[in-house]
Amino acid sequence: MMMKLIASIAACLALALGQSALAQQKTVRIGAIYPLSGALASTGAEIKAAIELAVDIVNNPHPELGSIPLASGAGLPNLGGAKIEVVFGDSQGKPEVGLADAQRLIDQEKVVALIGAYQSAVTKTASRVAEQAGIPYLNGESSSPDLTERGYKWFFRTTPNDDTFVDNMMQFLDGVKKVPTKKIAVVYENTDFGVNTYKAVEKFAKKYNREIVANIAYAAGSASVTAEVQKLAAAKPDVAIFASYTSDAMLFVRTMRETKYAPPVLLANDAGFIDSRFVQEVGPQVQGVLTRDVWGNDLAAAKPIIKTINDMYKAKTGKDMNGNNARSMQGVLVLAEAINRAGSTNPEAIRKALIATNLSEAQVAMPWAGVKFDEKGQNNQGSGLILELKGAQYQTVWPEKYKLDSTLPTLPFTWK
Amino acid sequence: MFEALTAGLFNGLIYAAVAVGLALIWGITDVINFAHGEFLMLGMYAAYWMFTLGHIDPTLSAPLVACLLGFVGFMAYALIIRRVQKGPAMAAILATFGLGLVLRQLAFIFFSPDYRSLPDTLVSGSVSLAGISIGRPQVVTGSVALVVIIALFFLVYRTRWGHALQAVAEDRQVAALVGIAPDRVNAQVWVLGSAVVGLAGALLTTFFYVFPSVGTVFGLLAFVAVCMGGFGSLPGAFLAGILIGIIEAMTGYFVEPALKTVSVFIVFVLVLWYRPRGLFGRW
Repeated sequence: MMMKLIASIAACLALALGQSALAQQKTVRIGAIYPLSGALASTGAEIKAAIELAVDIVNNPHPELGSIPLASGAGLPNLGGAKIEVVFGDSQGKPEVGLADAQRLIDQEKVVALIGAYQSAVTKTASRVAEQAGIPYLNGESSSPDLTERGYKWFFRTTPNDDTFVDNMMQFLDGVKKVPTKKIAVVYENTDFGVNTYKAVEKFAKKYNREIVANIAYAAGSASVTAEVQKLAAAKPDVAIFASYTSDAMLFVRTMRETKYAPPVLLANDAGFIDSRFVQEVGPQVQGVLTRDVWGNDLAAAKPIIKTINDMYKAKTGKDMNGNNARSMQGVLVLAEAINRAGSTNPEAIRKALIATNLSEAQVAMPWAGVKFDEKGQNNQGSGLILELKGAQYQTVWPEKYKLDSTLPTLPFTWK
Repeated sequence: MFEALTAGLFNGLIYAAVAVGLALIWGITDVINFAHGEFLMLGMYAAYWMFTLGHIDPTLSAPLVACLLGFVGFMAYALIIRRVQKGPAMAAILATFGLGLVLRQLAFIFFSPDYRSLPDTLVSGSVSLAGISIGRPQVVTGSVALVVIIALFFLVYRTRWGHALQAVAEDRQVAALVGIAPDRVNAQVWVLGSAVVGLAGALLTTFFYVFPSVGTVFGLLAFVAVCMGGFGSLPGAFLAGILIGIIEAMTGYFVEPALKTVSVFIVFVLVLWYRPRGLFGRW
């Protein structure tokens, strides 16, 4: 009797386990390299949450996001409903650690593709490993133009780069009539991101007939930026463009405010200025700061899906989505769509599918014309926005078609 | 030029404030506290939370934070350093290094990696001095630092208690023979050195962001100041701190702000090249 009972339990267990094994599809593993600790850990944590949201959108049915590929069904239909799984590597914000992470994710975690790494300098080293290993690397959020100028076969970038962004800034400045915008100062951290922002400004200033009056590079994580601010104030620019991550952005804002220096147009190149901590902690003091971005929560009027996705993100994290993490999420969605179209996890098949990617405006969450890679792997359908901080939110002030409040931008910039 | 120099001077005073606590502990107990930057971080978080939860301004909570950090310093000495110091000299140094890592990771876990920054405090705004404008938080922090450092000098070099400290620094055994308890003196020095860095940390929050690894931003400069000034010399650390602030300001003004750390380290190497024991080093 006892034996029979045990046998039947064993049989039931075997059946149950066997069935679950059948029902459980194989997963497609994607490696993700982000600064989860170190100076950029807060940005990294937000990006991680956005990527988990993208995984949720792909793996679980979300009919409310009908126009986004893979959202309404569960998993990747062309791979038998396989789920995607993202394996994270922590770059600590350092290029050499990002490189080692990429190696580990490819060799040990057997990922089929890599995404990351937010900072251009880290993306540069990590993508090199992928290039050598022949693994597709999709970058969703690094803006240094250099990255797609290296002739890489396996590198794809969905975000527009700083050439596009700085071009957008100049077009925006051309439309500003209240204050002069001829003399430009650039304040930037001396890394890939900052230096390439400067190079792009240099290139486009000439094209748009503007003059660079100060070129101020600084070391990230300085104990003081007083010397930088004094140099900036002495140059008396019409427009000050900043390329800084969160900590330095906070320090610059506080130092400029304390020394009562306000550039007439304070225009940031994204990054630290749109970090939710920055907005929360120094936002009240820096009302009216402008930034280029790729995501604005007030765009929901023009593109309702932005609100749907932001609500999902807010339910998960309690924070609004921003241009940093929204682009990371979009990157995962583009990669998953390509893997599904490839119908295989073979790297070459995924690469071919990425090359053939052609998403329309309605198929992407970002306010872009779509996603389509040029021969360098750069998405040429993307574009930037200019936002202004008003209250606890950034509001779109450029391009005109997205602007809701006609009194913006508030110029000249002053401290509150 | 004058503006840059003044700003550099106040920055230097702030570096000196962070450095003296380290110099004191190093000079008397012979232990380099690699957790010094993390003590600063704890002081900053203490002041941040007192402001955010208790609405106590950092300028007012600074003495409280100093007491708190004094206690942290005491615990570090009583629980870790005193035992480890019986082993090889390296052991105590590595123990402080480990302590620093633990504190930093705990801060990541409990305080999250978010950057925090206080809104306006009692000392926000700026001060005009002879036509130039300097942040008031920097002026207040620098001035308090100056007062505290002068008080420390007096305490260490002019009082009976200070002579006992110096005796222990010279020779523990002989000090013990004449009736000074080296253990007690060491504990007192850890309390005092940590309290000073706690005070500096609380005042820093009036103009600097708070972050789990904020200690590394100032910690490295403090080490440079202490080495350049002469290992364990208080006047040395003080003057080297000011020197660093002025070098930074002058490099930023005449050359390039991005190179300011480079020139600090060039001067550092030159000083050690000509005077390996530092500017005011005794040995």
